[in-house]
Amino acid sequence: MARPETIAELAEIVASATEPFDLRGLGTKAKLGRIPSGEILDLSAFSGIIKYEPEELVLEVGSATKLADVEKLLAEHNQMLAFEPPDLSSLLGTLNSGTMGGLLACNLSGPRRMKAGAARDHVLGLSAVSGRGETFKTGAHVVKNVTGYDLPKLMAGSYGTLAAFTSVILKVMPKPEAQTTLQLECASDHEALALMTKAMQSPHEISGAAYQPGQGVMLRVEGIAPSVAFRTKALAQMLGAKCEIMDEESSAKIWQGLRDVKCFADTSTRSVWKISLPPQDAPGFIEILKPHLEFRYAFDWAGGLVWLDHEPKASGHLVRSALKSGHAMLFRADEETRNAEDVFSPQPAPLAALTQRVKRAFDPKGLFNPGRMVKGH
Amino acid sequence: MLKMPDIDRNVLARRLEIAAALRTFIKPEAVIDTAREMRVYESDGLSAYRQLPMLVALPETTAQISKILAYAHAANIKIVPRGAGTSLSGGALPLEDGILLGMAKFNRILDIDYGNRCVVAQPGVTNLGLTKVVEGKGFYYAPDPSSQIACTIGGNVAENSGGVHCLKYGLTTNNLLGLEMVLMNGEIIRLGGKHMDSDGLDLMGIVTGSEGLLGVITEVTVRILPKPETARAILMGFDTSEEAGQCVADIISNGIIPAGMEMMDRPAIKAAEDFVHAGYPLHVEALLIIEVDGPAVEVDALVERIEEIGAENSSVVTRTSSSEAERMNFWAGRKAAFPAVGRISPDYMCMDGTIPRKKLPEVLAGMAEFSRKHGLRVANVFHAGDGNLHPLILFDANKPGELQVAEEFGADILRLCVKVGGVLTGEHGVGVEKRDLMSTMFSEIDLEQQLRVKCAFDENNLLNPGKVFPTLHSCAEGGKMIVKGGNLPFADLPRF
Repeated sequence: MARPETIAELAEIVASATEPFDLRGLGTKAKLGRIPSGEILDLSAFSGIIKYEPEELVLEVGSATKLADVEKLLAEHNQMLAFEPPDLSSLLGTLNSGTMGGLLACNLSGPRRMKAGAARDHVLGLSAVSGRGETFKTGAHVVKNVTGYDLPKLMAGSYGTLAAFTSVILKVMPKPEAQTTLQLECASDHEALALMTKAMQSPHEISGAAYQPGQGVMLRVEGIAPSVAFRTKALAQMLGAKCEIMDEESSAKIWQGLRDVKCFADTSTRSVWKISLPPQDAPGFIEILKPHLEFRYAFDWAGGLVWLDHEPKASGHLVRSALKSGHAMLFRADEETRNAEDVFSPQPAPLAALTQRVKRAFDPKGLFNPGRMVKGH
Repeated sequence: MLKMPDIDRNVLARRLEIAAALRTFIKPEAVIDTAREMRVYESDGLSAYRQLPMLVALPETTAQISKILAYAHAANIKIVPRGAGTSLSGGALPLEDGILLGMAKFNRILDIDYGNRCVVAQPGVTNLGLTKVVEGKGFYYAPDPSSQIACTIGGNVAENSGGVHCLKYGLTTNNLLGLEMVLMNGEIIRLGGKHMDSDGLDLMGIVTGSEGLLGVITEVTVRILPKPETARAILMGFDTSEEAGQCVADIISNGIIPAGMEMMDRPAIKAAEDFVHAGYPLHVEALLIIEVDGPAVEVDALVERIEEIGAENSSVVTRTSSSEAERMNFWAGRKAAFPAVGRISPDYMCMDGTIPRKKLPEVLAGMAEFSRKHGLRVANVFHAGDGNLHPLILFDANKPGELQVAEEFGADILRLCVKVGGVLTGEHGVGVEKRDLMSTMFSEIDLEQQLRVKCAFDENNLLNPGKVFPTLHSCAEGGKMIVKGGNLPFADLPRF
């Protein structure tokens, strides 16, 4: 294991390396993606708040700064990360919710993603060491910038295969003053989708739209108090379904649970899939899959995200062939299954080749997390 | 004139042969080869720079583009893609030895999907055209660059265009769901779709804002949003830019993200008022236009809070729109600011730096000093919410040397933006205009890393070369790339 204390040390270690590294902050994301291999490169020294300017909506932190610490700091200033980062510790069985670098490397976002964008939409810049051992920066401390390629977007969701982040610059947003949740009864997946779609097509700015069979549809409304009250009432009238309105506290709690995929945290052994698809395809996807697999499921992002879990078995082919468009990621599984399955959806040849060329543009020797996203690369 | 990539004499010598080859890929009349007909393509929104292309090709299918690019790739011919040609940074400036690929025929809406709340369109559809096809059902496409009536969605993707509403609703990149594009080698790839998030590396993220250097976009899927129920605008005048700037900071610190928040300085206010008679106060140093949208109950509550914050910051004029006509009138002046300035000066040059907002007084003071130094006037419009400045430098291109002075003035402003922690361009792109200033913001290693991404998409540097980066010499794998500043006037720039 190598644990550099400074950026210069990190650069030197990488520049002189010939064998691959497994990049780590606190190790909470080790179970995401394909199985890591190589010597652990511990980046936990790059921790701490570097710059926080609430009135500029900009925060810069060391990449190993804990998500929990960032959220606490922002809350003190009534601000937040608008993409609603999840705490996957109970789902994945980790000790804590991990670091900002790990969060961005996996591009993890919560229910508000459909309205506010993903983690990648809130990364303004970063500093990193490439697989060449070169220190580079990209982006800046401003919220609007088109100078050069938008490499922060590429870094988000790269699972540590391109560069070792040392610091990240994030866009932060004001926390909504108030929230409520409408819980609506519905008889079927199709009816649930119809309710969510109708709400999303209204001007009432829904910031969360989720559904679990048996629990019904949950719609979250956030904003200033008079607006929340008005929109909640308008929605209840418009949707006409049997509806319960939650208070602030219950609303916050239920979305925290949805964000953290608590519905599948009751076991640690079942395989969990995260499926991103056109929202209108969600009920059809479930219908196609049902005869072939026994599973539980939930919708988020107004149908654009389907979570499902099942007893461990090879299911990649079944899940992906039920999917007309979009993609499926094997989000949690035992090592045997993760070795056997494509964790990420396979790509067409020209795109796969381009992806490898981009990987080599950052890491020509294949030192960083080889095989984490694509087998053999 | 800027130094552009070396002319390939072999390619120029084969011009007729190349035109004949193109005519086998697309309709013969869609290949333009006379100087007279190519004249309309010689420049884009950055009209100080002009160059006739070698040839113009106007394809109409993705398959045709694939054939053209594969051919150009094999024959080592440069390609410059062009949408409506509204780029303010010279992104579509032709090359003497290049084929200009006009995307105007890709003008169809392919799918309007209200269920999934998205529109699939060809890249030549205009930005406003996207809103037009869905507004009947109460939807719109949020990014609204001021050229929205003319600029195309393909160009918006290439430039990652913004607009006055992007603080709340994001730039193009935040509203884009999917792309189809052709790589320089002719391969066709699809990124994203009607779903959210990428399944592999987020290549759509880097293609957006890549200024036509990574691929030719042939199809775009964007998300559409339900229109807010109402909107009101507030005009607020201040005696100093510091007070106006503090007012903006206080609004955001109070947790309010307005739909739009614009600032104009005294010269811009006067030019706009003289032109459109929007009723702007002429005795103030800074004018804010703040728009809030949403249900009436929310809008009214926010208007009240913003008026209070304005008063706390010594606003000397406050007027709030009470009708849609009045709101549009408040905006009329701001939206006409560029042509208004065009009336008071034979020529103007529009800059586009972004700064941390709190540095505004420092940057305005710096600009006043540069104005004295260079003997040219400057008017400022400013996306105050996100710190994006648009200084308009007034000059007369017919006076010998004045264009160069204006360019020096502009470079001074951009260097100052970078020095205070900002960037060269917030929404107009680097293009040819700011290309040689890139090293004020990025180290050689930073730039080399970006160039290596370019090489992954286009290893022979044939797609829109000469834009964004100082001259690229080689894509040799693993080898040290040589990056040279192309334009001598900026060669001695200090680095911040």
